[in-house]
Amino acid sequence: MVRSSFLRDCLIALAAFAILAVLPFVYPSRGMSDFIIRLAAFGIFATSLNLLVGYAGLESFGHGLFFGLGAYTFALAMQKLGTSIPAAFALTILVSVVVAAVVGAICVRLKEIYFAFLTLAFQMLLHSLIIAWTPLTGGDQGLTGGVPRPPFLGVRLDQPYHLYLFCAGLLVLCLLLMRHIVQSPFGYTLRMIRDNPTRATFLGVQVWRMRLAAFVIAGAFGSIGGMVMSLFVSGAFPDFAYWTISGEAIFMIMLGGTTVFFGPLAGAIMLLMLNDAVTKLTEHYGLVLGCIILLFALGLRKGFVDYLAEWWRERGNPETLKTPGDGRAHTSDTAHQSARRVRRSPAC
Amino acid sequence: MDLPALGNCVTSLSCIITQSTSGLIIGMLLFLVAAGVSLIFGVLKVVNFAHGSFYMLGAYLTLTVYGVTGSFLLAVIAAALGVGVFGLLFERLIISRVYGSQVLMQLLVCYGVILILDDLVKIIWGAEFRSLGMPDAFLKPPLLLGGGMVPVYYLFLIVLTLIIAVLLGLAITKTRLGKIVRAVAINPGMASALGLNTGLVYAGVFLLGGVLAGLAGALAAPVRSIVSGMGLSVVVESFIVTVIGGMGSVAGALVGSLLIGLVRSFGTIGFPLFTEGLMFLLMAVVLVLKPSGLFGREN
Repeated sequence: MVRSSFLRDCLIALAAFAILAVLPFVYPSRGMSDFIIRLAAFGIFATSLNLLVGYAGLESFGHGLFFGLGAYTFALAMQKLGTSIPAAFALTILVSVVVAAVVGAICVRLKEIYFAFLTLAFQMLLHSLIIAWTPLTGGDQGLTGGVPRPPFLGVRLDQPYHLYLFCAGLLVLCLLLMRHIVQSPFGYTLRMIRDNPTRATFLGVQVWRMRLAAFVIAGAFGSIGGMVMSLFVSGAFPDFAYWTISGEAIFMIMLGGTTVFFGPLAGAIMLLMLNDAVTKLTEHYGLVLGCIILLFALGLRKGFVDYLAEWWRERGNPETLKTPGDGRAHTSDTAHQSARRVRRSPAC
Repeated sequence: MDLPALGNCVTSLSCIITQSTSGLIIGMLLFLVAAGVSLIFGVLKVVNFAHGSFYMLGAYLTLTVYGVTGSFLLAVIAAALGVGVFGLLFERLIISRVYGSQVLMQLLVCYGVILILDDLVKIIWGAEFRSLGMPDAFLKPPLLLGGGMVPVYYLFLIVLTLIIAVLLGLAITKTRLGKIVRAVAINPGMASALGLNTGLVYAGVFLLGGVLAGLAGALAAPVRSIVSGMGLSVVVESFIVTVIGGMGSVAGALVGSLLIGLVRSFGTIGFPLFTEGLMFLLMAVVLVLKPSGLFGREN
């Protein structure tokens, strides 16, 4: 069963890659291929964050740590060590895994709000290190001078189409791997821990070990997002490790939806398009984005893909369709929310 | 790392005094913000990530009111009251709507508010660094204490904040109002069943947090450069203070803030690259040894 669904995912991934590969020939536009490369960076990054938030129930506010770490480690390895691209990739993932293991070991046992802020604190630590260690990182000017792109295995990343194909391939491959992880027994263990850690403990699951594993995996994938970005801009900048990167990633997964695997990718597409539209219209980007965030958080409260998934589930269930008025989903949803509110206030 | 420099400083009285006072003012300003964060966290279980923006708003309000009236006292009062009212509105209109939601939703709302405020401040006051300059009343030669120079304003700031800290601590532990706040913090359902208006207490705590943050911004204005985005590092440090001191504890917030202030001022001499790291190290040590914080209640 698992094997056949994995085969299906592989086929979908191949088809998606084929479509992405021919896209520049059907619709030749520099803006389009740049968009796909940025989408690769943020799509991988947001989906990796959702491994933590949506599947493991670990609400990290410092996932940008790995985006920045990935970008800087990769760019530095290429610039200072002069390694090949695959070697720099491997080195970066290794560094992220080690850092994630250390940070995770400190953080994953903490309660939710402590976890959120401690991860943020580690991200700020990296950011301040980048700013302070000017001889190595270029300080607040960023790591300039370009990231060399030597050819490997016939792939020439200095050519735009090769770079595009490489990034699109990475996006598809990383999503496939992450999909495989969340559909594995390990992925279902994470869901169980998210829903009821006590029960998981009773069943013999070592909760903190599983959480740590999720944190390390998410960190490794997050750093791949950073590497793609560093390849794209041919450098690394302190903004990649700034807290707003984490904020944007959180908005992406909330906007798209945390309950469906492709929610974060959809959120990344929406936020990137929104970014482009807003920066074209006005220089007050923060003001507009902030208002949209508030409208979303206080009005919609759930991601678009979440709504779609809900609609899809109810479509096959005639009983809910017969209910008059706004529909049952809406009422049961508000009932659920107020139940949460009631449950929350006396408990704390 | 520059340990010899740190060694030189620790063996010279004048350097100790200079660094201690600068550490104290960092700590005292931090305390005013952290006390609000800690109280809000203790009572509502919500981290007000936008609290640093309250502090920023306080500094900018001081800039404008001082510029118009020329009176620093008036500017400080205006900033404290203005930011207090802003905190109240923020609680009623925005954050109260996400009390039951997951933590990330609350942080997302605060993120939105920070983006809006940072941009608004740029539109109104400009994007460049601003500074207030020292108010005339404090333009006096610095005092010489044991060979170290201590500006008069630093002394004023330290004494004033200490008084506020003591008053705040007494208000929470000794008065009826403080008892109500503590009751709502421990068990809001029971407090509400006994006829206390918890919504009013929540709003009041935000008002108080806003006043303290506005005051911090106002008092920081003469000694800090004022810029959009200046609140973020403060709010992260405030959270570190809350973790170190224990949530909801005024004494904990004071001790935690002073520790952070001293670590920062001496750390810049001994470990210029790793000053921030020292703070996180301090927090990690406390979390491992006493997870509820130095002054926190054990659960």
